[in-house]
Amino acid sequence: MSKNALELWVGLFVIAGLAAAAMLALRVGNLSTVNVADAYKVTASFGNVGGLNVKAPVTMAGVKIGRVSNIQIDREDYSAIVELSIDRRYNNLPTDTSAAVLTSGLLGAQYVGLEPGGQEAYLKQGDRIEITQSAVVLEQLIGQMLFSKAQGDG
Amino acid sequence: MTSIRLLGRWVIYSVQRLGRATVFLMSTLVGVFLILRRFPLIVQQVFAVGVLTVLIIVVSGLFVGMVLGLQGYNTLVDFGAESSLGLVVALSLTRELGPVLTALLFAGRAGSALTAEIGLMKATSQLAGMEMMAVDPIERVMAPRFLAGFIALPLLAAMFTAIGVLGGYLIGVGLLGVDSGVYWTSMQEGVDVYDDIMNGVIKSVVFGFVVTWIAVFEGYDAVPTSEGVSRATTRTVVIASLAVLGLDFILTSLMFNEV
Repeated sequence: MSKNALELWVGLFVIAGLAAAAMLALRVGNLSTVNVADAYKVTASFGNVGGLNVKAPVTMAGVKIGRVSNIQIDREDYSAIVELSIDRRYNNLPTDTSAAVLTSGLLGAQYVGLEPGGQEAYLKQGDRIEITQSAVVLEQLIGQMLFSKAQGDG
Repeated sequence: MTSIRLLGRWVIYSVQRLGRATVFLMSTLVGVFLILRRFPLIVQQVFAVGVLTVLIIVVSGLFVGMVLGLQGYNTLVDFGAESSLGLVVALSLTRELGPVLTALLFAGRAGSALTAEIGLMKATSQLAGMEMMAVDPIERVMAPRFLAGFIALPLLAAMFTAIGVLGGYLIGVGLLGVDSGVYWTSMQEGVDVYDDIMNGVIKSVVFGFVVTWIAVFEGYDAVPTSEGVSRATTRTVVIASLAVLGLDFILTSLMFNEV
């Protein structure tokens, strides 16, 4: 085989390999969806985050607008501080936006749902969402139901 | 008594081989830096171990992806979860099957050829002839082959995974009626570029290093007879496959054990 043809084949091989890697990153992976590098961060404190994980989606009206980037415990009041990275395109969330830890489906993965408020001012980098609603823990709910039922009988 | 002596002989032999293999690896790595000046040699070897392996990788990738689509669908549909088919196919391929199967096929297709070629060079005294002419055979023969295998395997693994995902798409969407958009979005929701794809790439880089090292060393260390070359070739495939599977377990437990 001539040297040119050989070099051509090797070139094609490398291009095909890199194209496959690019396809994996963009089409299979989530590089093309919300990019955390181009995001602003707000925090929200919850009494209980349930099974919420870092990288869980943040949605508004069912549309994914960001990711959970960090979950910590507040050293003072022992609540969970959740840091949300929200895409820069959605920089017009009112300051009285509320956040809730929700579950997709009955047993699905947990995510943070945002509900817009009515204020004129918008949330900025580093702001804190004041109105929050904790995760519903199924076991506690069942426990409460049984407890109230037992009391009702007695 | 004899059996204990045999065990001792085997241990001494194995440790000696391991030591030779390590010394060989060091001088090959030095050779890799020296050979970078002679780029055409590397291109030639990438053709031999990479381009000629593409066909078997693409065909196997397609069929593995199609089988995953079929099996995954049949299992998931019982739970009404066939919308996760894309995720199942993509995760199994990026994390495990892509790197591991590519490395196994690579050991069989390219590794055995490397060992046989180098072993025959040794058996026909070509390596000794090079040394007579003051050409270092490690730099001239081993280093370009080693580097080529190291470059080729990650690229082949990426092709395998990409083709496999398309194979799962063909069966899942084309034949079994999973929605096309659901197939891709469930995949994008669940597959993380760093956690899953990058770790798969790291695995294939490690496998490329180990498989090529074993193949080139077995050839270099072969007994220079026709029987010795045939044994070395068999050993390459066996040891490389076992090394890939063992390393895969270690890498997986290091990478995916959080939570």
